[in-house]
Order: sequence, then C-alpha cells, then structure tokens
Amino acid sequence: MTPRRIRDALRLLALDGAGLGGLWLRARPGPVRDAVLAALEPLGARRIGPQTPEDALSGGIDLAATLSAGQVVSRPGILEDGGLVIVTGAERLDPARAARLAQAVDDGGLVLVCLDEGAAEDEGLPAALADRLGLFLYLDDMRHDALDDLDTVSPGGAAMQGPDVTLAPDQVRALVETAAALAIDGMRAPLLAARTARGLAALDGAATVTEDHLARAVALCLAHRGTPLPQTEDTDETAEDDTPPPEERDSAAADDSTDAPSDSLPAELLVAAARAQLPTDLLRSLAEGRRARAAKGSGGTGAAQRGHRRGRPLPARPGRPGDAARLDLVATLRAAAPWQTIRARTAQVPRLVHLRPADFRIQRFEERTERLLIFCVDASGSQAVARLAEAKGAIELLLAQAYARRDHVALVAFRGKAAEVLLPPTRSLVQTKKRLAALPGGGGTPLAAGVSTACDLAQIAARRGLTPSLALLTDGRANIDLDGRPDRQRAQDDALTAATRAGRGLPGGIVIDTGRRPSPTLATLAERAAASYVPLPRADAASLSRTVAPLLDG
Amino acid sequence: MSQPFPFSAIVGQEAMKHAMVLTAVDPSIGGVLVFGDRGTGKSTAVRALAALLPPIRCVAGCPVNSPRKADCPDWTAVEDTRIVSRPTPVVDLPLGVSDDRVTGALDIERALTKGEKAFQPGLLAKANRGYLYIDEVNLLEDHIVDLLLDVAQSGENLVEREGLSIRHPARFVLVGSGNPEEGELRPQLLDRFGLSVEVTSPHDIDTRVEVMRRRDAFDRDPRGFLKLWKPQDAQLRQDILAARKALPKVSTPENTLTDCAALCIALGSDGLRGELTLLKAARAAAAFEGAGTVEREHLRRVAAMALGHRLRRDPMDESGSAARVERIVADTLGPVRVAAE
Repeated sequence: MTPRRIRDALRLLALDGAGLGGLWLRARPGPVRDAVLAALEPLGARRIGPQTPEDALSGGIDLAATLSAGQVVSRPGILEDGGLVIVTGAERLDPARAARLAQAVDDGGLVLVCLDEGAAEDEGLPAALADRLGLFLYLDDMRHDALDDLDTVSPGGAAMQGPDVTLAPDQVRALVETAAALAIDGMRAPLLAARTARGLAALDGAATVTEDHLARAVALCLAHRGTPLPQTEDTDETAEDDTPPPEERDSAAADDSTDAPSDSLPAELLVAAARAQLPTDLLRSLAEGRRARAAKGSGGTGAAQRGHRRGRPLPARPGRPGDAARLDLVATLRAAAPWQTIRARTAQVPRLVHLRPADFRIQRFEERTERLLIFCVDASGSQAVARLAEAKGAIELLLAQAYARRDHVALVAFRGKAAEVLLPPTRSLVQTKKRLAALPGGGGTPLAAGVSTACDLAQIAARRGLTPSLALLTDGRANIDLDGRPDRQRAQDDALTAATRAGRGLPGGIVIDTGRRPSPTLATLAERAAASYVPLPRADAASLSRTVAPLLDG
Repeated sequence: MSQPFPFSAIVGQEAMKHAMVLTAVDPSIGGVLVFGDRGTGKSTAVRALAALLPPIRCVAGCPVNSPRKADCPDWTAVEDTRIVSRPTPVVDLPLGVSDDRVTGALDIERALTKGEKAFQPGLLAKANRGYLYIDEVNLLEDHIVDLLLDVAQSGENLVEREGLSIRHPARFVLVGSGNPEEGELRPQLLDRFGLSVEVTSPHDIDTRVEVMRRRDAFDRDPRGFLKLWKPQDAQLRQDILAARKALPKVSTPENTLTDCAALCIALGSDGLRGELTLLKAARAAAAFEGAGTVEREHLRRVAAMALGHRLRRDPMDESGSAARVERIVADTLGPVRVAAE
C-alpha cells in the first residue's frame, strides 16, 4: 500500500462513501491503522462491534429508561441515521449480522469501515459484506511511521458531482474485462470500480476519467477480489472460459500501477496492475477465506445465540430481553411480585405493576448441538486405486445419510507425508463430493498425521458448538510417522498415540477397515480410539448404514 | 429511501424476471426462490418489481393494509379510516430476526407502561398484500422459514402466545434469495416455494458492459433514467394488470392437464403441489401473453421454474436441476418444433 492510495481511499470515503458502500480495512491494530482512523475522525464515526445488540443498530425502545420514566423512551438506531460507522472485529461478524449490515448498505446513506484483523486463513470479512464494500486497504506491509503526515479528511464531501464526469464506453469495457480476467463474479465489483474512478476524477477536478483514475480505481476496488496467481486447483469454476488465461507476470516489474500507459488502457494492463497491488500471500489468504466461509455455510449461524430461543425449556434466569433472548413474562412478574407493596409506596406514578429492569427474566432453552461428521480418508499407495474407489463409495453412502440428518461433514485426507483438511466443516454435499472425487491416491500412509489432524479439526468444531464424530477409512498399514519419516514401527506407535487422543477427544467414532483382509492392528487402534470397527470386505451398504446409524444419532 | 432501479432496465436474467412477473399476475402461485451468485441483481429485481406494480388502496391507519374499513381485524382499533394509496409493500426480513418480530407479539412497551394487553403487529402484518423479501434465505433459521411458509400458504397469521389470540390476513408473495455455496435449503422448504430460478452473472463481456452502462446512467441521473424507462415499465404494468383481469377466463383444455400429469410423473416429483403450481404458472403465463387457452408452449416455458426444485433429490447430483427438467420436458412433450404445430 502506498500512502497515496490510502489518501485516495480516505478522500473517496468523504466524497462518496455512501455510494461506494465503504472500506474494508485489513490491518492489525497499530500506529498505521490508528493514523488512518484518526484521519477519518472529522466524519464523525460511530463504532459497533460483534457484540453490539441488535436494538442498538436498528433502534427501539429503551426499556430501562421507559420503565423509570413511565413513558416510552425510544433510542435511535446506529444504522438508521446513516453516516460513517466503524465496525470493529469485522472478521468475527456472524452471517446474520453481516447480512443486516449489507442490507443497511443497500438501503443507502451508510458508510461502513470494517476493521478486519483476520489472521487465520478462515477469518475475514463475511462475503455478503465484502462484496458490497467498494474499497479495500491493507496496512500490514507499511512502516509504522509511514502515515505520520496523513491529513485528516475534510467532512461534508458534497454529493457526487454526478453528470459532469463520465466513463468512456471503452473504459467501462476495460473495467468489465479486468473483472472477468481476475475471475471476479457478480456485477457489483466493476460497478463500484466505475464509481470509484469517477470519484477520483472529481477529486482531481478533472473533467473526464483518465487512465490514471481507472488504474487507481482498479487498485482500490478490484485487486483484492481477484484470485491469486498461480491459479491453484481450489479456485476452479471461477475462471470463465471465454476470458484469456491471465499471463504470469513478474509482480516486481509493475511497482506502481499509477504510471499507467498513456494512449489506451487494455484490460490486460489493468489486470497486471491489479495483480501487482497486493502481496500474493495476502491474495491467497483472502481467496482461502472466501472458500472457507463459503464451505462453512450456515454452520456458524446459530451457535452463538443458541440457548435462548428453542429446544427444551430450562428455568428462566435474570437477564435483559433483546434480539436473542425472549422475556419470560410469568417469571418476570413472579420476580416482581414480592416488591409491589414497597414499590407502590415509594412510586411517584400509581401503576398497576411496578417493574424494575432487575425483575426481567429471560427464557432459556436447551438444544442439542449440531453434529459434525469428520471423514478421515486414507489415500495412500497401499490403498490401491480400486480400494480407494470403494472407500469413496462408502463415504458417499455415509454422506447421503448425513445429508438426510442435516449433519455437517468435513473431509481430511492423508497420503504421502502429511494429512490435509480437504474441506472444512460444511453442509454442502456437492462440494464434499467434488473434493472427494478429485482426491488422488498414492504415497505413504501417515495414519498418525491423519488422525491428529482430524482431532485438531474436531477441537475447533467443538469450540464452534458442533458435536464432532470421526469416521476413519484406512487399511491401517501406517508407515510414515508423525514427523513425516518412513519408519513402520514408529508410525504404528504414533498412530496408536493419536488414536488414544481421539478416544479422549472424540469418542464414539467409526473405523472402517478398507484393507483386503481385516487387520488386527486396526482393530486395536479402533479400540484405543473408542470407535467401532467395521471391516469393509464384509460391509455392504446395508450393514455399513446400520453401523453408522448410532454414530450419527449420538 | 432512494428510487428503485426500473424493472425493464434490468439486463438479461429473463427467467428471474419472468418468474417474478408470473407471481405478480397470480400471487397464489406461491413464492419465488432465486438462487445464485452475488451481485446478479436479485434484490434489485424484487424492489424494482414492487415499484412497478400499481399502488394498493388501503385504510390509512390499518397495520395490515386492509383494503376496506370492514376488513380491518378487530384488534386493530384503527383511528384513521381514510382510504389511501400506498406503493405495494416490500418488507425485508433480516436474518437473525426473532419469531416475535415476524409474527408480532405482546406489545411490551404498552404492557409495561400502561398495563394494557395489546398486540404489536410484526413483519407479516406489514407485508400483507405485498412482498416479503428474504436475502440469504438458506441462512435463516429453520423454524422461522417453517413459520413463514406456513403463513404464506394459509394467507393468515395466527398468533397464540402470552395470553394473546390474534389472527390477521397475511397474503404476500415470498421472495427468497440465496447463494447455494453457503448451504442448501432443506428439500421440504424448497418444495414450498412456488417457483425457483437459478441466476448467474452474465458471462459475456457485452452484457456486462451493458449492465454497467445502465447502472452508471441510473446512478448519475436517476430521474432522467427513470423517465427514459418509464414507457417500458408502464407497458409491463399494463400487461400485468391485463393478465390479472384475463386470468380467470383462461381456459385449460383436457390435454394440457394430461401433459401436466405426464410431466410430473416423468420427473417423479412427489405430491400434487408440483402439478398444481405448474398449471397455475402456465395459466399465468398464458394470461400474460394474452392467450385464451393454456398450451403446451406455456407449460414448456414454465416447467423448469415450477418443477426444478421439486425433483426427488439425489444429494450427490451436481448437474443443474433446470437442465434435468428441460431434458424430461423435451422427452415428454416432444421437441419444440413438433409441439408448435
């Protein structure tokens, strides 16, 4: 990020923030981020976080004030009156909150600045929101004093000087082609880029949009949405067939895209410029984040709110009714009852019932958490191709059952020297099947690595409120130890240790022996893992489904 | 609130637009489910359609938009009984909404401050006679979706809670949109939507450029742009109104009924809801085109959107259901040319 780009972004926010939706600011907390936020100060920002209650966003009655005043006291919502709103902890927003914010952006008048401190690869801004925020800045590659001389923006950027500045038809085409070449789906991105280009022209006082404006707009709006080079196999289906394959380019060559060529600006150059904007590992991590969140699906939705809305009722407990909790009227009145005489004596206003906020009782429910079935699949060479196909068939059978029960599934595969999470917890069976079909075979059997990766995944899932169980498919011929060295004995020992850990962490799993003959070692391993053992040779579809049924019911 | 984009100016996405027009002709078809990528104009289309439709006449003070004073539910205690014109309501249903806000619940404010037992109408009341739009419907909690579909089907919202017993009309067209990458919708829920369409971003550059051009023109000069498209929108509104009027007169020949049944059997769709929706949609399509009778052509045109989401699902099947329907339609009703005779 160059300071110039940051200035561009801030001035655009002041000029046409509502039209552009806002800014996605990916940065760790630090002096650079503080400088940027300080520069936005004059716009009068308000802050919301993941924990801000819903009624603070959309407004409503202020219960405590209403009760003490004896008349309705309402509180305006933060999103209602528009203006600049800074969203802290944006990487932790749940999909529901993200959709709420996205809706507010759509309604207009709101400028969001989302602070994304995402570090892990499945963290980042929810897609619904990322799509709508026009601008993107990444600050972590800047020196701490790089922005010391950043001026504050001047507020009251008048409404866009609309009709004066326009994009020429070939400029529009260039933006569209750039977006297509970067494999950006959807029309919002090029539209926002066009608006940004116009904004930049207006800021410069130019009568027309120049190539320079276009290149700067691409850097701010499109670069981060693109897929990283080289194209990995995970980014399938995004590249369109009718677009030319993006050429490999040395990113160092185009150090500053603002030195755009003067005569015409073909999309190819814009693409190269866009690619040069952001470090490759950042692009990869953003793309990874999109993928992970897409796969996670509705899994994250209810986890945090669970316990207040449905399921088996539990006794009410004191609390504030809000969007996630419902008032238990009877319990509230019961709590207030003993105090009525006393309160009536001191009350200024005669009332039927004297309630205080402390009397509120909210309803609680107990709900069983959602299940996650982790498939841990042996794709090693000993698992000959035909057996792997059978194992895949068995998984598909289990998947169909998991589907019927609305379970989440995750896929871990191990081969060669290590294990890999092919698919984080998801409900999308199509994705699971795609990943599974694409799973190649061959190499050693790092059984221990496979089991421990599954355990790690289970731990993360349990923290998210899922109940994980393990389905391990292997022939049990471990020959790679946990460190990736070929040593049969140590590999077996490591596998048993990992299984013991699995037995403690996620008991009640299933071990499916895909070997030609049932293996006693694997049976021992299953015992250690507190899992049931099913040799596949005898496991036809029906018996497999019988064995798995209790596992899924659990 | 800013002016919505004109419906006729939406580039491409013919299936989505057609499905929405059909529900405007005959709201009893049931809701529309739009599944597809982000930024393909799903919400733009919903808002545009509502703006296109003629305003409704309703009682000014009535929370459920009753057309006449006599229709106001008895709990409403309407004070302002003038009949006014309002734009067709479009109500957004935010994710993470609690069921009391959807159905309505005890008015806590009045209960606490005045000690009165009163009903505070929810979003369903607001959406009566209009559209209820849910973005990311696949992320909505199941029990809320269940509740919505129940009400959408019965056309009445019944609240029994906290000592209240309230009912009010809630006839609305449910429009749900979502991104299948983020999780699927349960088949039971899918089946309850009348029509479903899949949308994708336009793939050729020229279409995309056209989208950009129109949006840009709209952003820079909304009033001028709306004026430019007014004739088209007005024509479409005329057509919808004419189709509504013509709908009861559209006749359904015996062989169309046979075709419907044959199609649904060939597709193996469960229950009779598929047939009924197919027929209703085909009738609406016929009325919209000014045809007096429902022909094979109409069935052919609406089969994918009326049946695509009702196929007995193979969770492993990746091929688009719309393609499967097209194939079976061609098998059952014959290729397009032959049927046109």
